[in-house]
Amino acid sequence: MTLLLSVFEQGMIYSIMALGIYITYKILDFPDLTVDGSFPMGAAIAAAMISRDMNPVLALLTACVAGAAAGICTGVIHVKFKVRDLLAGIIMMTALYTVHLCIAGKANLPIYGKSTIFENGPVDALFAGSLRPFKTVVIIFLVTMILKYLLDWYLSTKSGFILRAVGDNDTIVTSMGVDKGTVKIVGLAISNALVTMSGCLFAQQQRFYDASMGPGTMVIGLASVIIGMSLLRKVSFIRLTSSVVIGSIIYKGCVAVAIKLGMPSAFLKLITAVLFLAILIVSMERSAKAKPAAQSAGGNGSGNPDGDSDAKVVE
Amino acid sequence: MLELRNIQKFYNRGTVNETCIFDDFNLRIEEGEFVSVVGSNGSGKTTMLNIICGSIPIDRGSVMIDGNDITGQREYVRNRIIGRVYQNPSSGVCPSMNIIENMAIADNKGSSYGLGRCINKQRIEYYRSLLSDLNLGLEDKMHIPVGSLSGGQRQALSLVMSTLKPLQFLILDEHTAALDPKTAEVIMELTDKIVREKHVTTIMVTHNLKYAVEYGNRLIMMHEGHAIMDLNGEVKKNTGVDDILGKFYEISIERGN
Repeated sequence: MTLLLSVFEQGMIYSIMALGIYITYKILDFPDLTVDGSFPMGAAIAAAMISRDMNPVLALLTACVAGAAAGICTGVIHVKFKVRDLLAGIIMMTALYTVHLCIAGKANLPIYGKSTIFENGPVDALFAGSLRPFKTVVIIFLVTMILKYLLDWYLSTKSGFILRAVGDNDTIVTSMGVDKGTVKIVGLAISNALVTMSGCLFAQQQRFYDASMGPGTMVIGLASVIIGMSLLRKVSFIRLTSSVVIGSIIYKGCVAVAIKLGMPSAFLKLITAVLFLAILIVSMERSAKAKPAAQSAGGNGSGNPDGDSDAKVVE
Repeated sequence: MLELRNIQKFYNRGTVNETCIFDDFNLRIEEGEFVSVVGSNGSGKTTMLNIICGSIPIDRGSVMIDGNDITGQREYVRNRIIGRVYQNPSSGVCPSMNIIENMAIADNKGSSYGLGRCINKQRIEYYRSLLSDLNLGLEDKMHIPVGSLSGGQRQALSLVMSTLKPLQFLILDEHTAALDPKTAEVIMELTDKIVREKHVTTIMVTHNLKYAVEYGNRLIMMHEGHAIMDLNGEVKKNTGVDDILGKFYEISIERGN
């Protein structure tokens, strides 16, 4: 039971980060490594502010702003200075390591016993008695749903449509009289804001910040996005953002099972990497199988995840 | 009115591969003209379109619209009054978005892409009626990702999208070259209809001499960065494919091939 709860708690916290990666990887087609720096930055902001008894919600908002700023930096490096996308991310990831260390003040900052989003007066009063174990998961669920629906709403706006268009075919963005560079920067800002908020919530749930939280964030996020997309591709009534959230929970479940089966927790990153590889191979096989089927069906695929190749044209 | 003044354009300037595309190129296109541009490969047709749209920088000269110098204006700013259809049918649409979404994006051109809802439900019927006029069956595929439409359907959609909002210039960059003869014919007729309806100044680059002769009210033949033939009005009407072809052979012989 405890295991299941913690899978859901962490799965949903990571799903916020995965939503951010969904924006860069799937919508913008931009492999953004900044996340390996912006996730621990969120954790550092949480730890630094909460250890000084500041409002945990304020910490979340601060993380949002700081994340957006980090995304803007990556975007400006890529767009204005014409640095390749991967390198722009690596530069920011490296720079942010120092930033989050400075924010926290040291490499490991615990915040046990402080009031967090999950652990404060009103919340404890609301979840009394037998409801207590579900407190964290309910709050995380609410926060995740709010952010997911905000993102869904944004993607249905004009600005959101242009964001989707820029990853699909940036020529069209220019022909619509919009600067595609600005659109990319906006996308990166939203993505990293989500990732940093996820890191902020993670530190509040784990009750510590650690400088080594960062590496692997990108892989976890990508794995969640790819699991969600390939498992739920056929289920057309589920929005892509929802499948990312579900994918993230499934991914956390897989890792939890691996640890439960006796893997030492020091192997966590190795498990992450192997699991990601397995997911990639499986999902590639699935899409290879799905392709001929989609063609004969007249390309009714609602997902059509990597669909711009002319090979898919159906007369 | 569009004017290209003393345009100079080099590729790979300062290297051994330096190629001069234009040296002192001048062109003036009046409002409401439908100009067909023909010429061999490397004669500067597409470069000229790219210069007009601001896709590439020029080394000297100026681009003027209605007497205003827009040489320094960024491509996306210029595109607000220009509609462009490319040779590749995929260039004008978003493949993973469906027809309604594509039309909705095009329908917002010129306004700011803010936080309002992009798809206006009341406009969907209008989109449908525009598409059913094409007789390509697009009106029944409104919810299908555009990437799975055929090249001809995508090109027709690109054409409708680029002319959905009021525009000053329509730029057609060999927009029928990637299509089969019958579809090309359909797209050309559609183009002509749209140009007539909207009275938009149009520049069409084509390798199809028949289309160049048949459509439009002005014909320009480019060769080595110069307009070596510029036919207007009555003269253009009385010119046949054979006359153009004759001139084409002439310049080919000059070049020794």
